[in-house]
Amino acid sequence: MISIQNVSKWYGDFQVLSDCSTEVQKGEVVVVCGPSGSGKSTLIKCVNGLEPFQAGTIVVDGTSVGSPKTDLPKLRSRVGMVFQHFELFPHLSITENLTLAQRKVLGRKDDEARRKGLALLDRVGLSAHAAKFPGQLSGGQQQRVAIARALAMDPIAMLFDEPTSALDPEMINEVLDVMVELAREGMTMMVVTHEMGFARKVANRVIFMDRGAIVEDADKDEFFGSPRSERAQAFLSKILSH
Amino acid sequence: MDFTQIVNAFPSLGDGLLLTLELTVLAVIGGVVIGTLLALARLSNSRVLSWLAGFYVNYFRSIPLLLVITWFYFVVPFMVGWVTGTNQPIGAFTSCLIAFMMFEAAYFCEIVRAGIQSISKGQVNAAYALGMTYGQAMRLVVLPLAFRKMTPLLLQQSIILFQDTSLVYAVGLMDFLNVARSQGDITGELHTFLLFAGLVYFVISFGASTLVKRLQKRLTV
Repeated sequence: MISIQNVSKWYGDFQVLSDCSTEVQKGEVVVVCGPSGSGKSTLIKCVNGLEPFQAGTIVVDGTSVGSPKTDLPKLRSRVGMVFQHFELFPHLSITENLTLAQRKVLGRKDDEARRKGLALLDRVGLSAHAAKFPGQLSGGQQQRVAIARALAMDPIAMLFDEPTSALDPEMINEVLDVMVELAREGMTMMVVTHEMGFARKVANRVIFMDRGAIVEDADKDEFFGSPRSERAQAFLSKILSH
Repeated sequence: MDFTQIVNAFPSLGDGLLLTLELTVLAVIGGVVIGTLLALARLSNSRVLSWLAGFYVNYFRSIPLLLVITWFYFVVPFMVGWVTGTNQPIGAFTSCLIAFMMFEAAYFCEIVRAGIQSISKGQVNAAYALGMTYGQAMRLVVLPLAFRKMTPLLLQQSIILFQDTSLVYAVGLMDFLNVARSQGDITGELHTFLLFAGLVYFVISFGASTLVKRLQKRLTV
């Protein structure tokens, strides 16, 4: 579904990604972790072309992301993305947030988009808030709406860029619950997160990144049981010690 | 001071005020539209486009408005004749309106540009991630948000424009101030008429600017 081959990226002289390669199969949940500044957010943003890269190839469902001939908007409309800071559109109501891209990008009719949006809002447990504006919701609620907004496009895969990092601790679980459910339904997911509990619960594989490189790419059990690299061991012992 | 003269002159003063307001409103609309296009050009990835828009803005911000008004009065009829192929004379109102639109566009451009730049990269990315094109992201997300933030500044600039319309006296257009002055000359009550005109400008500008401040408070909450 997602194939990343030898991807490198530079900001001027500074290399943010070096020779990253990995695959995400259909229905697989892959968690990307690592210290901040390790390039994990940059890597996931390369997958739907929000960040350009200078070397290597990324192929999503048969389409090469880096090729100048690729219709990036079309590709992005098929891949959902959830951001650290939710990024709901503050000038639109929750319903409008859920229907805007369905109508304008996919060309769905008003009532069809509405039905779909409200059904997904119900699924993330927020039907009561359809008429509100993003500013009136808590962070956790906004992030659940953001997930529903991405799902409304019927994506073939979902990218999560630190979806719980900007949330208060008591709101993290309500977002993770939605994500766990999604994973169990078989959604293909690439998730940048520090939530190792989530990784243990639903991930198939865990990728550990450090200084722009993929240091470890292993099955979940292997990763948590006996990480091969020292850096992954050190990272795990730090974040799992409490 | 003889205020009955002012009351007698109300119909022509009213016409003058109408012309002033008409000029202001149309110039603001045209200026914001051209200014937004200029801002998009300035922020575009095309170096040529960005340079041209930047040159336009810097040029119009570096010359006096009075010069632009007189210039356009002489030049615009030629331009229109050249474009349409006819030799129809165009009035001072149209030439002034075009002058104001193009001059103010330079200022509106900078306001809109700052507004667009104030929208976070995350919002733009969210729009793109949903499959929107550049045009859709601008039209549906970035510009609506930017205009919301910019409204107070745009209105403030419009109030300045309202006052600047009085410069049309240079090409003989009978705006509010020009009417007031000529009525003052005719009746021999120039002082009264000028004081009255000043009062009207003050009430409208100050009233509008108070409203803007209130709006600003509401928008920031």
